[in-house]
Amino acid sequence: MTTTLEHPSYNFNVVRQFTVMTVIWGIFGTSLGVLIAAQLIWPALNFETPWLTYSRLRPLHTNVVIFAFGTSALFATSYYVVQRTCKSVLFGGKLVAFTFWGWQAVIVLAIITLPMGYTSSKEYAELEWPIDILIAVVWISYAIVFFGTLVKRKTSHIYVANWFFGGFILTVAVLHIGNSMVIPVSMFKSYSIYSGAIDAMMQWWYGHNAVGFLLTAGFLGMMYYFVPKQAERPVYSYRLSIVHFWALISLYIWAGPHHLHYTALPDWAQSVGMVMSIVLFLPSWGGMINGIMTLSGAWHKLRYDPILRFLIVSLSFYGMSTFEGPMMAIKSVNALSHYTDWTIGHVHSGALGWVAMVTIGAMYHLIPILFNQGRMYSTRLINVHFWLHTSGIVLYIVAMWISGVMQGLMWRAVNTDGTLTYSFVESLVASKPFYFMRFVGGVLVVAGFLLMAYNMYKTVYAKDNSLKPIEVT
Amino acid sequence: MITIDYGTLRGLVALLILALFIVIVVWSYSKKRKSAFDEAANSIFEEDTETELKHSDKNKKQETNNNV
Repeated sequence: MTTTLEHPSYNFNVVRQFTVMTVIWGIFGTSLGVLIAAQLIWPALNFETPWLTYSRLRPLHTNVVIFAFGTSALFATSYYVVQRTCKSVLFGGKLVAFTFWGWQAVIVLAIITLPMGYTSSKEYAELEWPIDILIAVVWISYAIVFFGTLVKRKTSHIYVANWFFGGFILTVAVLHIGNSMVIPVSMFKSYSIYSGAIDAMMQWWYGHNAVGFLLTAGFLGMMYYFVPKQAERPVYSYRLSIVHFWALISLYIWAGPHHLHYTALPDWAQSVGMVMSIVLFLPSWGGMINGIMTLSGAWHKLRYDPILRFLIVSLSFYGMSTFEGPMMAIKSVNALSHYTDWTIGHVHSGALGWVAMVTIGAMYHLIPILFNQGRMYSTRLINVHFWLHTSGIVLYIVAMWISGVMQGLMWRAVNTDGTLTYSFVESLVASKPFYFMRFVGGVLVVAGFLLMAYNMYKTVYAKDNSLKPIEVT
Repeated sequence: MITIDYGTLRGLVALLILALFIVIVVWSYSKKRKSAFDEAANSIFEEDTETELKHSDKNKKQETNNNV
């Protein structure tokens, strides 16, 4: 009660709603991942029920972690950062609440329709056309709220985090609307207006830029605000952040064709995708170095601040994934890695390492501020969460690297007479122990998220300002 | 009348974008902009100082707590 006047002007209500949902969807999305990982070891776990099968739950897992967990975190942090850096309340009135309830409705519809088998079959864009229209409406409202707030800002400069958030919001609108162009044939079925190789190219222009803009640019916006805030130091180089922004957004958009190496896509387009993916290494590492070097002179803080550790380790995983990615985009490497578990390992080092860790760090920073506390309920639990999450990722990606490279080598091995050395089932049997290792890693990640939820619950329901920050001497 | 074929046009656009990028790099690293960018980088801490002045111990950053 006493602190309700602390930020009288800002709309933190919507930030609170998205923050709490981020944690809840984080638990749900990663638990689904653990279930389908378990199904790959023990197939009986689908209980012969169609809506519990791997084929239907796998798209639900990706949709929940990307669009429910990740995107809720982006809504929360972008609404928070744009208000504080522009010193203005969110623009849009009722539209702000609509973005929250509209987005949650999209997720609930995904949870209903995907297990029922309704799918457009486009990866990361599986939802059928009525939901796609709702997504477009919510997303355009989001853009109006965000850019409206930028327009009425009380500061002259637009802080770099907002450039990344703005770039992400604008590009995702274009990608979603472009790739979702369909001809509906019934309420739940539609066909893409694109055909053949053009459809595949549209899909991976969308798909890779969902990675590039939603899962990278958006989260870099988060990084440029929360890393300096948590480290209590300004970003290492503001100049580099500007070059980082323009280089990243102008290069990412061309990288999509690397998903279609050795397919019917014209060779020149494949080569463009490969070259652009390799060049992309430069802005990626520029940004990663900019984030990590923000700590120069303050490295000791990593010793006692597990929140900062989450943020900095997320950048290390970002650096690792953005080295691995360009390498895997090289056609000859891709010939080995494509369609194997190596790809799954790469995605999860980006998703669990970069996206989830920077989100968790930002949420631990944000929750006490939003709920009028000086700190989280338990710093020790944050530390336990950090180690659970980190060991989970390491188990996961190491298992997938070994399994993936092994699959690639077994599938391409030929006898002297030209016949295949191994049958597919033989490679599957060889992968089985690593699927178990992945499952254990996933369980650790979910356990960490459950600790986070408990810690959040205790912080939210503690008496206002009863949790005092403890100074380190 | 000058006509430019598609390939030449694409080449020119690529050069234009490269030139634009160089302009951005030169602009952001120019001495003139340094103080403005330093100010921007520190702008995220401004509000905290104001808040701390008004509400002495509230809204301070959390550091750590090894006791809980």
